Amino acid sequence: MYAFDIERPRTIAEAVAALASDEAQALGGGQTLIPTLKQRLASPETLISLTGISEMQGVCLSDRGELCVGGATTHAEVARMAAKSFPGLSGLAGHIGDPAVRNRGTVGGSLANNDPSACYPAAALGTGATIKTDRREIAADDYFQGMFATDLQEGEIITEVRFPIPEVSNYQKFLQPASRFALVGVFVAKYPDGVRVAVTGASEDGVFRWTEAERALSASFEPASLEGLSVPADGMIGDIHGTPEYRAHLIGVMTRRAVAAAS
Amino acid sequence: MTVNGKSVSGTIEGRTLLADFLRTDLRLTGTHIGCDTSQCGACLVHVNGMAVKSCTMFAVEADGAEVVTIEGMANTDGSLGVIQQAFQDHHGLQCGFCTPGMVMSAAALLKENPKPTEAEVREYLEGNICRCTGYHNIVKAILAASGQDVVLAAE
Repeated sequence: MYAFDIERPRTIAEAVAALASDEAQALGGGQTLIPTLKQRLASPETLISLTGISEMQGVCLSDRGELCVGGATTHAEVARMAAKSFPGLSGLAGHIGDPAVRNRGTVGGSLANNDPSACYPAAALGTGATIKTDRREIAADDYFQGMFATDLQEGEIITEVRFPIPEVSNYQKFLQPASRFALVGVFVAKYPDGVRVAVTGASEDGVFRWTEAERALSASFEPASLEGLSVPADGMIGDIHGTPEYRAHLIGVMTRRAVAAAS
Repeated sequence: MTVNGKSVSGTIEGRTLLADFLRTDLRLTGTHIGCDTSQCGACLVHVNGMAVKSCTMFAVEADGAEVVTIEGMANTDGSLGVIQQAFQDHHGLQCGFCTPGMVMSAAALLKENPKPTEAEVREYLEGNICRCTGYHNIVKAILAASGQDVVLAAE
């Protein structure tokens, strides 16, 4: 690997100061970034490791009914800590990658990268989460801006993600077995004021809400409500693993399964 | 950091991966580098009790941590540990390249879930690849190491 420096700040303030340099790049759990560096697809001069910042770790419940997850909290920790309070999120976190990847990868890293096939963007958009950074709060509906694109500014760090806890929810992932990313993943969450449906893995624009399904499920939360609804194949990802039509079809299948399994 | 109970230190570059520090600086070559892309799990070690792929973590990030590698899995008298012995008894290895990672993964699983089902073992091993495709006997060995009967249906 090429030579670079690595710093391990202990506080958010130290990390923000370190990231002010042009050539610095934040490093979460590294499960995407380290392979990216090995392939020379990125080459920052300095990496600022966020894993040693204790104020960015852990899971708690807010008095507004949100699950608050520190940006540097690993997937394994979320899977454990949310098992009772938010089983839909726990199930999503507990099936990302493999066990060793889940022990390193972080929620902040996943959302900052916004891979079009990653699982966490579906949970954030599917719950209408609030993404808290070192400088502001961003609504999930404003945060995701296309494949690998987010509203984050240079050097901005996700310090916490607040997921409103739904009445019931579920995430269904059609696994791409080689990468363990979602070929198509659908997160469904039912709230007192309506249902949200977020789809990952399918669109060339990254994670998106399937509003037609949201309306139908808000009227009646059962798989049968989705009958006759479909997503157009236009703009869906086509690759060796699946055509746009195949992915569009899977969205309906995964959504029905998620509604049937929601708890 | 502490490796297999012994305190170790070294001056390394920022880019040094934990796997390289273990293998090159400490000469603990039981930890294997297979794919180098965090797919295969041959480099799996424990950091503060948790399974991680040492090819996808920088050594400086393990500063102050307790690391356990395959070299730390034998009994103190040098005989094979329970999981290692089960791999031998049940022919859980063919070429042996993936074995260190498999044993470390198995140890992490059994700590979390002392009596896993066959399905749970297979699911837990999804990040460990065996190119000899000897999974069946690996699963058998792990079930045996957990003290359970090892009658598996043929696949």
